[in-house]
Amino acid sequence: MFDKVLETQEWGDVKKSIYAKTALDVENALAATKRNLEDFKALISPAAVPYLDQMVELSSTLTKRRFGNTMQMYIPLYLSNECNNICTYCGFSMNNPIQRKTLSDEEILKEVAIIKAMKFDHVLIVTGESSGKVGVDYIKNAIEIVKPHFASISIEVQPLEEDEYKELINTGLNSVYVYQETYRTETYKVHHPKGRKSNFNYRVQTPDRLGAAKVHRMGLGVLLGLEDWRVDSFFCAAHLSYLERKYWQTKYSISFPRLRPCSGVDGLKSNLSDKELAQLICAYRIFNEEVELSLSTREEESFRNNCMNLGITSISAGSKTSPGGYANGKEELEQFEISDDRAPDDFVKELKLRGYEPVWKDWDSMLA
Amino acid sequence: MELLQIADHSFTSRLFTGTGKFSSSQLMEEALLASGSELVTVALKRVDLGNKEDEILNHLNHKQFKLLPNTSGVRTAKEAIFAAQLAREALETNWLKLEIHPDPKYLMPDPIETLKAAEELVKMGFVVMPYIGADPVVCRRLEDIGVAVVMPLGSPIGSNSGLQTKAMLEIIIDQSNVPVVVDAGIGMPSHAAEAMEMGADAVLVNTAIAVSNDPVNMGIAFEKSVEAGRMAFEAKSGSVSKSAVASSPMTEFLNN
Repeated sequence: MFDKVLETQEWGDVKKSIYAKTALDVENALAATKRNLEDFKALISPAAVPYLDQMVELSSTLTKRRFGNTMQMYIPLYLSNECNNICTYCGFSMNNPIQRKTLSDEEILKEVAIIKAMKFDHVLIVTGESSGKVGVDYIKNAIEIVKPHFASISIEVQPLEEDEYKELINTGLNSVYVYQETYRTETYKVHHPKGRKSNFNYRVQTPDRLGAAKVHRMGLGVLLGLEDWRVDSFFCAAHLSYLERKYWQTKYSISFPRLRPCSGVDGLKSNLSDKELAQLICAYRIFNEEVELSLSTREEESFRNNCMNLGITSISAGSKTSPGGYANGKEELEQFEISDDRAPDDFVKELKLRGYEPVWKDWDSMLA
Repeated sequence: MELLQIADHSFTSRLFTGTGKFSSSQLMEEALLASGSELVTVALKRVDLGNKEDEILNHLNHKQFKLLPNTSGVRTAKEAIFAAQLAREALETNWLKLEIHPDPKYLMPDPIETLKAAEELVKMGFVVMPYIGADPVVCRRLEDIGVAVVMPLGSPIGSNSGLQTKAMLEIIIDQSNVPVVVDAGIGMPSHAAEAMEMGADAVLVNTAIAVSNDPVNMGIAFEKSVEAGRMAFEAKSGSVSKSAVASSPMTEFLNN
């Protein structure tokens, strides 16, 4: 599993090699027809900063060729903020004295009705990690409830066992998003001191379990801001390459969550600028022409308006990050603050102005 | 030019088209109408079969177009057969573009699952048009099963890199008893013309039209190149004899 691969690479060595990349390395990476992980290092390195314009041009061309003039639309559906983990950056953290809420079947359906009225057909179910209150049975039940209303169902919940994933896939689950947060074990321990999530290896092995369960799509990512984003992103790209080679029947997606302020935690800010985020997104696209690149409403309006040129192919809009948030938005229950709070309609208008077609439906439960 | 006959249907245009990647459904409709295409494939996963007002289907509601649902997204024969039955019921057509690519990265067709599914679907009365690698033996096996056409790929789907499989396509065209439609990888009108000159019966084009800066004109350009290529193929077959070869100095001794 990937933890064994990870053991062969020292964080410090990787960091050194990224920061040692030169302009020539960047030019060679841009000129190559197929790019490897060394090229990816060059593209995310400080040496690539002066090449950002070229990177955007190339990324935009590659993205259009593969994905066309389209943008996949999805929306998160938060079902519970119950959580037994302590994560230093998260509003749902167990030690955060907020009101806890887990939606009932009826409350879920209320949210579904509002989301459907906004035209969404791809939904991402999100919960905190509480095996007692929102365990596999709760998630399975939720999938069964929402299934008749959506073409594609994804989850972003606690890591599960292979058999549990299989069961959920048979119930109608299409995609699973599980972010490593950081690939540096020492830093991981600092930010995840308590709860099942504190087990680094169990988390880093999760994509292997998902691949073995033959999930249709899985999403990877790091929480940008916890560590040196360049080194963490390298490990994430290495993880992607490893998984693509091993679990070839799964489609992959990369997300770019930047640290956002949330209630109960002071001074949360990502160490990654907009320019650097743009560089990172382009680097992924140039490195891997087929991977889905996804952006949430954590980012601001102007960045989101232009993200398709960087290589983004999947985006959420109108998101609420609290359980029950669509029916009666209570901000104090939020996982993190939203930056772009435009209604989906307004975002889509902007998309169309820029010559992009929103894709609401790109899956069908009859296909699996 | 000869009409192209597939099952009970004859086509004037030998340009088949896809419906993905356009910047709007409106532009898709205009470009496909302008291209003269008469057979248009649409991914089942993109349309809402239960919705009579589905946006994509509404824009394809023209006499010019015959709809060809495709199974893009399925990974196995079983999934393909299930999807095909739903499509037949909802879209009232027994035509099917059979696409089984379990590899979501390069979208390479799975020959084993495709063969299995094709066999079942032919028995069930479908007009099966399988997307397949440019493998002459697999194409013959599909033909033996009773598919309506074979659709070998020119190069990886969406790559726009032309007829990279040319040597294999030549064998497939040479051997085939069913129409050969070159599908995938055709990025320029000249690629389409090349396929038609080689004797392909039709081509299927999507990305090259949808992603161009001017899909309407690109559609027209493809229409013309397909026509030109076919015309050249027909003209050549009428006037150039394969046995007309210049005399060789190596046979001179035979004449003395």
